[in-house]
Amino acid sequence: MKNSLVTSGWLWRGPAFVAAAIVIFPILIILLQWGTVGTGEQEIWQHLFATKLDRLALNTLLLVLGVGLSVTLLGVSLAWLTTLCDFPGRRIFEWALMLPLAIPGYVMAFVFLGIMNYAGPVQTFLRNRFGNDAWFPDVQGVMGVITILSLVLYPYVYMLARSAFLNQGRKLMDAGQLLGLSRRQAFFRVAIPVARPAIVAGLALALMETLADFGAVKVFNYDTFTTAIYDAWYGLFNLTVAAQLASLLLLFVGVTLVLEKQSRDKARYTQEGGAQSRSSYRLQGGQAVAATVFCTLVLVTAFLIPLGQLLIWLFEAGFGELDERYLGFLGHTLSLGAMAGLLAVGIALLMAFVKRLPGTPVAKRWTSLSIRLSTLGYALPGSVLAVGIMLGFNLLEMGSLISNSVIALVVAYCCRFLAVAYAPVDSGVEQVKPSVIDAARSLGAGPGRLLRDIYLPLLRPGLITAFTIVLVDVMKEMPATLMMRPFGWDTLAVRIYTMTAEGQWERAALPAVTLILIGLVPVYLLIRAARNRPS
Amino acid sequence: MIRVRSHRYLLLALFVLAGCSEQSTTSDASGEMTQAASAASPEASPALSEAAEITGPVVVYSSRQEHLIKPLFDQFTAETGIQVQSQTGEDGPLIARLQAEGEQTFADILYTVDAGNLWSAAQKGLLAPIESDILERNIPAHLQDPENRWFGLSVRARTIAYSTERVNPAELDTYAGLADAKWQGRLCLRTSRKVYNMSLVATMIERLGEEQTQKIVEGWVDNLATRVFSSDALLIEAIAAGQCDVGIVNTYYLGQLQAENPDVPVALFWANQDSSGVHVNISGAGVTRHAKNPAAAQKLIEWLSTAEPQHMFSELNLEYPANPGIAPVDLVASWGEFKQDQLNVETAGRLQADAVKLMDRADYR
Repeated sequence: MKNSLVTSGWLWRGPAFVAAAIVIFPILIILLQWGTVGTGEQEIWQHLFATKLDRLALNTLLLVLGVGLSVTLLGVSLAWLTTLCDFPGRRIFEWALMLPLAIPGYVMAFVFLGIMNYAGPVQTFLRNRFGNDAWFPDVQGVMGVITILSLVLYPYVYMLARSAFLNQGRKLMDAGQLLGLSRRQAFFRVAIPVARPAIVAGLALALMETLADFGAVKVFNYDTFTTAIYDAWYGLFNLTVAAQLASLLLLFVGVTLVLEKQSRDKARYTQEGGAQSRSSYRLQGGQAVAATVFCTLVLVTAFLIPLGQLLIWLFEAGFGELDERYLGFLGHTLSLGAMAGLLAVGIALLMAFVKRLPGTPVAKRWTSLSIRLSTLGYALPGSVLAVGIMLGFNLLEMGSLISNSVIALVVAYCCRFLAVAYAPVDSGVEQVKPSVIDAARSLGAGPGRLLRDIYLPLLRPGLITAFTIVLVDVMKEMPATLMMRPFGWDTLAVRIYTMTAEGQWERAALPAVTLILIGLVPVYLLIRAARNRPS
Repeated sequence: MIRVRSHRYLLLALFVLAGCSEQSTTSDASGEMTQAASAASPEASPALSEAAEITGPVVVYSSRQEHLIKPLFDQFTAETGIQVQSQTGEDGPLIARLQAEGEQTFADILYTVDAGNLWSAAQKGLLAPIESDILERNIPAHLQDPENRWFGLSVRARTIAYSTERVNPAELDTYAGLADAKWQGRLCLRTSRKVYNMSLVATMIERLGEEQTQKIVEGWVDNLATRVFSSDALLIEAIAAGQCDVGIVNTYYLGQLQAENPDVPVALFWANQDSSGVHVNISGAGVTRHAKNPAAAQKLIEWLSTAEPQHMFSELNLEYPANPGIAPVDLVASWGEFKQDQLNVETAGRLQADAVKLMDRADYR
């Protein structure tokens, strides 16, 4: 029986490898750019080393550390408060704290710069009030960018940490305290380590998005590795060096992910059987006020202020722009998101499933390698990835597919966002108890039945989460959409680009507000899915 | 509860798949149709594509904001009956896409901002030469490709903006003058990453040589009042608000601000009037090498160089007409006449990489 399972495993492994190959192909093309290092390229590399590569690497490192620290602190603390504590407003914050996920980073960046720059309302007010020497933090510097990116990216950590804490329930903490730990010790030594895979998965998503970000750093003029990629491309007209720089970014991400995996050893965390107790710590007095104020503060800065500012711009500009074309933008935005979401979730499920099939060590090694490579695309800036895809389609003599159909674009989204789909699907599969699977196997269930009767029902919340995040991410995605959309397929993000004549971001208030409001729908579904997850 | 929702997702999925397959059949069909129809958007109504078959639509890849070009294209369609479809994108990616699409491209025209981008597209062999007496007559020699692969259609002047409250214009003279120590802590610049600054520095390299240009750029950096800006508009607002006193900007950004608030305490100074003249760049267009409708494409570019559309350029974005015979709108005319740098704008492209490296070395970010 074991043997038949191994052979039939290849029926599943095969398609998984094909899917992986499609997603890895554009990444490979980027890597292959190292094949051409002519004198032009050498000269540019020498120039980069001599002038600014060290500064860019340092800037990028600062950004990654800053964003990493603040999304972890924000995401974990908010998740802990809203799952295991009770304080005034908790039931609202629970879902409202997910809302910033609907705001694209570039929108957040231009709104905040509009409010906070020297000539903006806040500083002007302070100068009028306190004179020209009034101190104001350097909003354009690294702190500004870290703040912006943290505010839009903490929901990834929040969401995944929340589901981990919900799964743990209070039982673990209680057990820890019974064994003589203080509550604080129990939190740091039991609750956090058990939730670590989820927190790290969220953190990895936030950091890869940070590395790939060009929108926010461009608005803030903050030089990173990514801006160097664009400098090489737009400034020096050298796409080869741009791709080479991008592949270094991938190397960095790959090494980090491997290190994390190793530091986690072979520890395995599965869901305990039985219903989780939903009892929580009721915060009193000052603690309760502090919790409410903290959550309110995050919600106001990350969501209400940007949305409010956009609405003000919108009412100043009027709704003259709004016409039936917006139905088209909306339709394209949603259908591209849904197509990419379905495909990405399908591939992610296939991979997470195949990864756990029994097989020879070689087969297992190749499977995990191809999964790791396939999820790297998230760290690539959208237009660099798009170049990889376009060169790929060209190589296969399918160039017309770029202009003729959405296929190339949907493939691009899958390459870019597979990691986003894979994290919740994989952590869902991870939490399925091996004993359940073993039991089903011993009863003669093959891979097909396992998938249909065991995994799918247990994974439904994870799948919905994966689909919805990809949907929201695709809706917000700008550079690849801009570059690869077929004729007539303008989306809301494209509209934002089309409307903004350089720096006049307030012109784009209408599409930006529409994009955020529409993004709230899947975010709402996501919250519902998380809240109703069967335990 | 969960069951109901999953059905809803299923429905959504089916809807999407249906939409998807419908989309691909339309485009497969259009791929095999005549060239005129193949360029039609899948969404064009039947009536529209029928009309299009007579003349064929012109497909434009454009990096210009829609509200700046669509009125022009609409006017062209009204006058000639030729449809125009445009696809907006960023310069670099549009050129990369054009290159990747190769012979399969739908694009007839590449319309970009900045001569450097057109130069780069021409270098990659993506543009075909245009033989046109109309364009030769309407567009001055320094605003077109020496090999006729692209033509400037509007002129964007980059010059010095100053605070009318804190600067006496008699103190100003040239771009190089802003490196003088008297501007210490008073100068605002936009990021060197913006192609406008690359072009300006590229022409300075051509005129003054690398060594002297680098000294000037280093002087600018020493004089900076604050971090470089990500947009000219923010820069002008910073001058108005008192963060700095002088800066280098494209004129239409001030125009946009003046249109909203005529009393903004910032004015333009025409740089280098006693020497090379004000640095100008263009928005311009060329016919793609694999254009399916090159005749109509050329006709559109020629039309854009004529009187009415040339005036519209100035109306729509407060730029200068490339055709010297056409006057700009009043607001633009109110800034006065000035001497343009006569250096061919292709210099901006040819020396752009050198300019970028020079600015890196000078630590101009």
